[in-house]
Amino acid sequence: MTQSVVVQVGQCGNQVGCRFWDLALREHAHVNKTGVYDDALSSFFRNVDSRKSDGGACGFGGRIQHLKARAVLVDMEEGVVNEILQGPLSEVFDSTQLLTDVSGSGNNWAVGHMSYGSVYREQIVDKLRKAAEHCDCLQCFFLIHSMGGGTGSGLGTRVLSLLEEEFPEVCRIVTSVYPSPEDDVITSPYNSVLAMKELSEHADCVIPVENQSLVDIVNKIKHMSDGGKPGLTIRKDSSIISGQGGLRGAEKPFDAMNNIVANLLLNITSSARFEGSLNMDLNEIAMNLVPFPRLHYLVPSLTPLYTLADVSVPTRRLDQMFSDAFSKDHQLLRANPKHSLYLACALMVRGNVQVSDLRRNIERLRPSLPFVSWNQEGWKTGLCSVPPVGHSHSLLALANNTCVKSTFLDLKERFTKLYRKKAHLHHYLHVEGMEQSCFSEAITSLSSLIEEYHHLDATKGKLIPDAPRLSIAR
Amino acid sequence: MSVVTVQLGQCGNQVGHELFDVVCGDAHDGQRRSYCSVSRERFFHQTERGDLVARAVLIDMEPKVIKHSMNKAANSGRWTYGDDAHFSQKQGSGNNWANGFCVHGPRHEAALEELVRRQVERCDRLSGLMAMMSVAGGTGSGVGTYVTQCLRDTFPKSFIVNQLTWPYGTGEVIVQNYNSVLTLAHLYGLSDAILVHENDTVHGICARLLNLKHISFGDVNRVIAHQLGAVLQPALTTDSHGLYSRNPLGELASALVCHPEYKLLSMSTVPQMPSASIAYSTFSWPGPLRHLRQMLVSNSKMEEGIDWQVRLPAASERSRSLTGGGRGGGRGGGGAAAAAIFNRSLANLLILRGKDVYSAETGGFEDPALFTSWLSPRDAFSLWKSPVPFNKYEKSATLVSNSQALLRPLDDMVRKAWNMFASRAYIHQYVKFGISEEDFLDSFTSLEQVISSYSQLS
Repeated sequence: MTQSVVVQVGQCGNQVGCRFWDLALREHAHVNKTGVYDDALSSFFRNVDSRKSDGGACGFGGRIQHLKARAVLVDMEEGVVNEILQGPLSEVFDSTQLLTDVSGSGNNWAVGHMSYGSVYREQIVDKLRKAAEHCDCLQCFFLIHSMGGGTGSGLGTRVLSLLEEEFPEVCRIVTSVYPSPEDDVITSPYNSVLAMKELSEHADCVIPVENQSLVDIVNKIKHMSDGGKPGLTIRKDSSIISGQGGLRGAEKPFDAMNNIVANLLLNITSSARFEGSLNMDLNEIAMNLVPFPRLHYLVPSLTPLYTLADVSVPTRRLDQMFSDAFSKDHQLLRANPKHSLYLACALMVRGNVQVSDLRRNIERLRPSLPFVSWNQEGWKTGLCSVPPVGHSHSLLALANNTCVKSTFLDLKERFTKLYRKKAHLHHYLHVEGMEQSCFSEAITSLSSLIEEYHHLDATKGKLIPDAPRLSIAR
Repeated sequence: MSVVTVQLGQCGNQVGHELFDVVCGDAHDGQRRSYCSVSRERFFHQTERGDLVARAVLIDMEPKVIKHSMNKAANSGRWTYGDDAHFSQKQGSGNNWANGFCVHGPRHEAALEELVRRQVERCDRLSGLMAMMSVAGGTGSGVGTYVTQCLRDTFPKSFIVNQLTWPYGTGEVIVQNYNSVLTLAHLYGLSDAILVHENDTVHGICARLLNLKHISFGDVNRVIAHQLGAVLQPALTTDSHGLYSRNPLGELASALVCHPEYKLLSMSTVPQMPSASIAYSTFSWPGPLRHLRQMLVSNSKMEEGIDWQVRLPAASERSRSLTGGGRGGGRGGGGAAAAAIFNRSLANLLILRGKDVYSAETGGFEDPALFTSWLSPRDAFSLWKSPVPFNKYEKSATLVSNSQALLRPLDDMVRKAWNMFASRAYIHQYVKFGISEEDFLDSFTSLEQVISSYSQLS
């Protein structure tokens, strides 16, 4: 059984991370009725007996004493982390896992990446190493951050390159929250593009999430639960925006949106933690979904969004769940995959679903989904028997689709609008280590990434003949 | 004589477990004593207390599946796996053949060999080794190939048979075609016989013959186990002189693999029906045997929807085979032709189990028109019998064929892998672990050779 370490950087990263840990505890509490510290728990938690003098790590099979999250929390201002430490999750982290400063990064990527990056390099590496040492077999680092700000974006990507340097063998899966066009941080395009270059070069997989999509999903659920059709109520703990059943009492403003991302992370790791008839490990995700090293941006969709509480209403059919996964309503990115080309697609199913259901739905949906010519059957599937809390089954789809190109084009446009006028540039260039070339390199990297996707897109719809086979001399 | 089974990866371990369940149950049901004792000896080691311990080694690079299989066996109350007979690591092979073959295999070679050696030493006489694995993933395929190589080096005189499960045509794993090509190309030089089950075919059997609405991998695995059990349970062969054969793997290989270029074996069993229906059915030999023969001729994978229009050629047309003449030089566009004319065999092995086996009429299988012209039907056709009904079926017939049946699936697999290779997609993932583009090309070349050989059968 392998372990994963979550590294949460910046305000957004830490808020999402906090929701993740809360929901993870809820999930494990739901599944683990015996109170024994088992393999599944150990993938994200250490078991510590603080009475022991040697630091107290407990192995498998014993009773749960104190669970400590395998996490490193980084933020350049104290507000968010302090809040976590004062809340019910404080027990789950200890002070050696935290790194904070006071003044923040001022929404400036350069401050996060260059200044804080150098100042705190040693400490960051040290904390990462400690977290890694606590693991028997470390398989993956999950980095959670946002792209638009200063700390998450700048320091977060610095952490990413440190992860590559110090732990080259360990998979790096990054969940990045992309800013909406209406984002109130003016310099978010600069921050995002500068961060993109780092993501393209140092991450194994990136799961981009757009704030606007999260808002849309939250609104849809709220609409459903507040007087959609009479007589239809939603089971409170089942909606993916709900934190109910977790440790936290009242819900804070961004909680609903952050819960969605937290659920995403829980679902990705479900097959690695729990058993099933067709397991899908984390290293299999990168292997199957990344055909070319830089094209590692995966569009996520989660279904179902909620379960109806009234049991006399027939449960949504299984097939509906599969159709939903490919509808724009359930995607966490606002691009349109059906009009672009699929390079690969992974379906991670949880709950009581059999292989025949999976096959039937793939066959049903396949004709409407355009796949690249050399990967016509590009499906990677996983079946995990343990469903998420409040549902009998669920599906997470991760698609490597050229539609991310439109998200990147958008970003490039917003960047160019600012850069043309050299707006706010001086804030960045004043930072030690930052030069104009950083900007031009970043936009070049983004442009060539877009070009790679475009190149593949151009093959769409064309009938590509089979490659001529080797002929054998007789 | 005993067979040691090596279960590799998730699929190998899941199917292997079902196989031991089937053979244990079959030899349990108040059957004849000598059948039971031969079957037990073949598959199980008996402790002093009389407990049955499977002669198996369970290998996987992550622990969950092995744990699950061992628990299920222990809970059956009838047999268990040995406590010391398994090997797992913490982290899987990531669906990457190169990771399995170049990294995990060599790293754990000593430990794995030791486990197999231990099982082999517990056998009074070793009849052979059977490695069970899938070709789509990373461990079964990559580590499985490496382990087969080690077995070949360690036991040069033993029969080694590989039981392979081929994935569904529409993706379970995106890089499944790469993994399959690399596995098959390497195994061809190592294995004595390659028994193939295709998930698509078995799924069809579950859906149409067994009438299962919701098909799970458990159902699929049980069908595979039933077919394997039908082949491997004790039988009377021509060489065994009235006793149950002690050398099933060897006789299987020598009956069917007459030439090293032709090692791919497929199998069909009739009848297959929902277990609830068995009690209400009457069985006779002529019908099922006729169906089985036509299934062979028309390359039908199951007893429903058999194409009765396909006929054996008359003597004058003997040279036409599945491709209507094979591939001419220089024509690069793919191997097998679309229209199946008829499925030509190199060799066939028919196994009859149950009541009245001695009165079953099998002459139809000796028709020279079924076979290539190199062997006489006497040499190309083998018949095994057992008067003991197998797995609750009063009468059952299994046909193991070395024929063109797998030509189309193999060709499809190579075509898809080649298309992907042409764009070099995913290659960086393999190169990272030690496989080069050259290695890929070598594997493609070997398999094109196999495809060509099977296409040209006449």
